[in-house]
Amino acid sequence: MTLVKPLPVVASQTAIAVLTALLEARTGQQIAAYRAWRLDTALKPLLRDRNLDTLDQLVTQLLEGSDRSIGDRIVDALVNQETSFFRDAQVFDLLVEAVAAVQSASRRVRIWCAGCSTGQEPLSLAMVFAERHETSGAPMPEIVATDVSEAALARARGGRFSQFEIQRGLPVRRMIRWFDTTGSDWVAKPELVKLITFRRMNLVSDQPPPGRFDIILCRNVLLYLSTETKTGVFPKLANALNPGGKLVLGAGETVIGQTSAFEPSRGFRGFYQMPGEDGRSRSAR
Amino acid sequence: MKTCLVVDDSKVIRKVARHILETLDFTVTEACDGREALASCMASIPDVILLDWNMPVMSGMDFLRALREADVPRRPKVVFCTTENGMAYIRAAIEAGADEYVMKPFDRDTLESKLQIVGMA
Repeated sequence: MTLVKPLPVVASQTAIAVLTALLEARTGQQIAAYRAWRLDTALKPLLRDRNLDTLDQLVTQLLEGSDRSIGDRIVDALVNQETSFFRDAQVFDLLVEAVAAVQSASRRVRIWCAGCSTGQEPLSLAMVFAERHETSGAPMPEIVATDVSEAALARARGGRFSQFEIQRGLPVRRMIRWFDTTGSDWVAKPELVKLITFRRMNLVSDQPPPGRFDIILCRNVLLYLSTETKTGVFPKLANALNPGGKLVLGAGETVIGQTSAFEPSRGFRGFYQMPGEDGRSRSAR
Repeated sequence: MKTCLVVDDSKVIRKVARHILETLDFTVTEACDGREALASCMASIPDVILLDWNMPVMSGMDFLRALREADVPRRPKVVFCTTENGMAYIRAAIEAGADEYVMKPFDRDTLESKLQIVGMA
């Protein structure tokens, strides 16, 4: 018997250029040349669905324009959706402190998860603050979660996770407290999901959700944007913050050298705020 | 260096777990059932125990109950690592004194994440 080795997905430089340009035009996200292998891996399921052999054939279908959904499917497949429950767990302890610092009887604290992907971050927040509400009676903050990918949002709204996904970062006690099993998947309880408002939003081209926020989490999102695109996003985030509000970026991200709209917070290490607010933060605490 | 006792009757699982744990800077010892694990703990208490459920001679659950009742100088973290993935099994494990629970099959990210949760990675 002759073993036939599966053919690798073939992609010309033109196809790669079209696909990466499509992703950047729709989301602002860039795929560096050295990570072009991701195109192959991420788009294989779409190729299978469409009975196509090569990325060149996929790009041809895209450019022919006969099926308008194909562009959305490509973007959903390519947009980076890496996330996990309680990513950088110490951030969540600080968030509880930051929320307590701005808590007042007159209004509800508002948190925005910008780039929530498949929902692990807002669900982690919802668990933390729901448990805090149960034990201390502290009011629940409003949690708004946005993402550019409708497919990712659909998964987030469903709150359904595979065995591998549910185990990444989520302590077992919280898993059995807040999730039910369905086959081999784990599904967030409706009372947890309903604590979050999910909305589709393109961070680069759309307006932020209405109203201002006390905390904005935009973690591991900006690192995929070009410097020029990032420069346009920072003022948008600053405009969406209440005075004294905090911006939280990913562990490897910073505002330093990127924007004058934010500066590091002295009170909350790793958080950022609008310039000149340290006096306000200290008195609030 | 942190120490981990891997308790599993599958040689393959022990080998995979050892490989991952060694890349996370653990010194690893192995046992192939609960009784062997208990003897190992009496000789030297590890920092963390990665524990299968279904094993010959003594099950993971029987081992855990015996360990939690034993007069040992310190309380090692116990992370179940098993194909018993139902809610009832997980609840029973926690009630018996398990600190975390890994559902097989697992990968490096899962194991590292669970060890971080119990403060061991």
